[in-house]
Amino acid sequence: MSTSNRSISYVEAIREATAIEMSRDSNVVLFGLDVDDPKGTFGTTKGLAEQFGADRCFGTPLAEDGMTGVAVGMALAGLRPIHNHYRMDFATLAMNQLINVAAKTHAMSGGMQNVPMVVRMLIGKSWGNGSQHTQSLYPLFMNIPGIKICAPSTPYDAKGCLEYAIRDNNPVIMVEHRMLYYSTGHVPEGELLVAPGKARVLVPGTDVTLVGISYQSVECMRAQNYLADIGISAEVIDPIWLSPMDIDTIEASVRKTKNLVVVDNAWTICGAGSEIIASLHERLGDIAWRSKRLGFATTPCPTTPSLEDHFYPTGQSIAATANDLVNGGAQYWYPTAKDELKSVEFKGPF
Amino acid sequence: MNIDKLYQSIKTIRRVEEVVAKIYPTDKIKSPVHLGIGHEAVQVGVCENLQKQDVVFGYYRSHPLYLAKGGNLNAMMAELYGKITGCAKGWGGSMHLVDIEHNVMSTTAIVASSVPNAVGYAYALKLQKSNQVVVSFFGDGATEEGVVSESLNFAALKKLPILFVCENNELAIHTKRTQRQAVLDICGRARAIGVPATHIDEYNIETIYNIAGDLVEKIRNGSGPQFLEIATSRWLEHVGPGEDFKLGYRTEDEVAPYRAQDEVERLGKQLNPAVRAQIDQEIEHKIAQAVEFAESSEFPPQQELLKYVYK
Repeated sequence: MSTSNRSISYVEAIREATAIEMSRDSNVVLFGLDVDDPKGTFGTTKGLAEQFGADRCFGTPLAEDGMTGVAVGMALAGLRPIHNHYRMDFATLAMNQLINVAAKTHAMSGGMQNVPMVVRMLIGKSWGNGSQHTQSLYPLFMNIPGIKICAPSTPYDAKGCLEYAIRDNNPVIMVEHRMLYYSTGHVPEGELLVAPGKARVLVPGTDVTLVGISYQSVECMRAQNYLADIGISAEVIDPIWLSPMDIDTIEASVRKTKNLVVVDNAWTICGAGSEIIASLHERLGDIAWRSKRLGFATTPCPTTPSLEDHFYPTGQSIAATANDLVNGGAQYWYPTAKDELKSVEFKGPF
Repeated sequence: MNIDKLYQSIKTIRRVEEVVAKIYPTDKIKSPVHLGIGHEAVQVGVCENLQKQDVVFGYYRSHPLYLAKGGNLNAMMAELYGKITGCAKGWGGSMHLVDIEHNVMSTTAIVASSVPNAVGYAYALKLQKSNQVVVSFFGDGATEEGVVSESLNFAALKKLPILFVCENNELAIHTKRTQRQAVLDICGRARAIGVPATHIDEYNIETIYNIAGDLVEKIRNGSGPQFLEIATSRWLEHVGPGEDFKLGYRTEDEVAPYRAQDEVERLGKQLNPAVRAQIDQEIEHKIAQAVEFAESSEFPPQQELLKYVYK
């Protein structure tokens, strides 16, 4: 297979990005629960301890708060730590170090110190994981100045965001949805950087803008397909970086479509969707446009599938909402599920 | 042991704290102050064993640590005043002192928060095969925070070059340790986790200096982490310039023995009177200069507000 169209999985993209950066810079260290075990964090850290040594890649005690503080201290001493959380829910044990220390050190020192660290936070879904294994807490962190956040949805962006995050001079949270882990897509070999400042238009369209965060960008791709069946042209945008966020690209799209559905991979209250819509209200006073937020149902995530099925937005529910918006609620429509949409991930061009 | 040098350091700290306490009611100081009067022998006794490249982390009562480690007095005073010439350009205040040149790495307002940071720094030093030592200062209250146990465990597990110094003044704000800890043996808890621990229960600067010196040397020679608990006393209120015995959570009698054998005076009496007078005069001059520096410095301009969100 030639370099130009090489296709790898999201898991392989993360592993490759880490290996490239650890080879490039001996200050990069990686740790977290079980990063050096035989499974290697679903494969994303597999083999790295053997390749770079146990001093630079190690499993940790169960101490999220302490190990996050350790990462901050390492960063102050010139290292570039990557700290893994198997589940984003566990990062709540580290809120003090993330919010009170990592995010504020640069400012509190009058710019003399900075904390280059990456915190990988994995999100789960389905399989009856229940309330404490499915949370997607990036909106909490979006509220905090001093932290950068990315939530890539393709293997290409996963690699590029992680390499960028490792080189960034600030604390960066990388949100990784496990439903994306085995998706495949084009990823170039060698160094790859995806910086904040540019959202990705996954599919161009004219009638409605669908902004999907993390895994919900895949559901938006499904919705785009359903909508095409009834003649509605949807533009799908993945912001990639949530802090700082590229609002310009979304604004340009909504100026064209006049309709916006933002689909959070999280609860909607004070979510990324709220932020995007509020920002657009400050910018789009000169045109008439409509918007709608979608996201998790406003309740802890249930375990039983009969309820969980209604907890998450789906391609169908997003399409129905978008149709409602475009047609002003005139024609109720809910698409019938299409099996061929199981694999609709964005494949490029990047 | 150089008594002149110990005295010079501890007396400077005492006088700085007294001057800060005096200025504080004028509202020129723009940051709450947790004064370290009564604690100074701990910071001076430990830091006089350190080299410039050694690294310290502290907490909100860290004027003494900053100065004992060699931190710039003018910059500290200007920081308390909120001036742009402050050690953190007015962004830190009394609770967030930093002096990169002298490796005063951070002091934090959230109890125990800097302890894992110190451990992480020590991990980096070990990875970099450095000969430097890290010292983490915290109070007895901090040992109740889970993160201190987590930090001790990781330091022991990785045999890191760090000295943990617990300044035990028996108080957390207004609550005595007996009301907070089921087992009062702090050193025992450190030992149970795997960090050798030493308890100094007499507040005596020579003892602190000697024992801390031995521990720092052990650490530099690769012993791994060490824990040092030192009995001390907070003479003033938790935060602010005055005494607060009237609140009734403790009596003046509890502080009296520490005041009676004040380490600043006790050391001073060991000096040649002429030498002592000379040192005292220089200290007063330096402090007066620092106050003048702080008062004549500018506040940061409005353009600074959004300057340090990201680097």
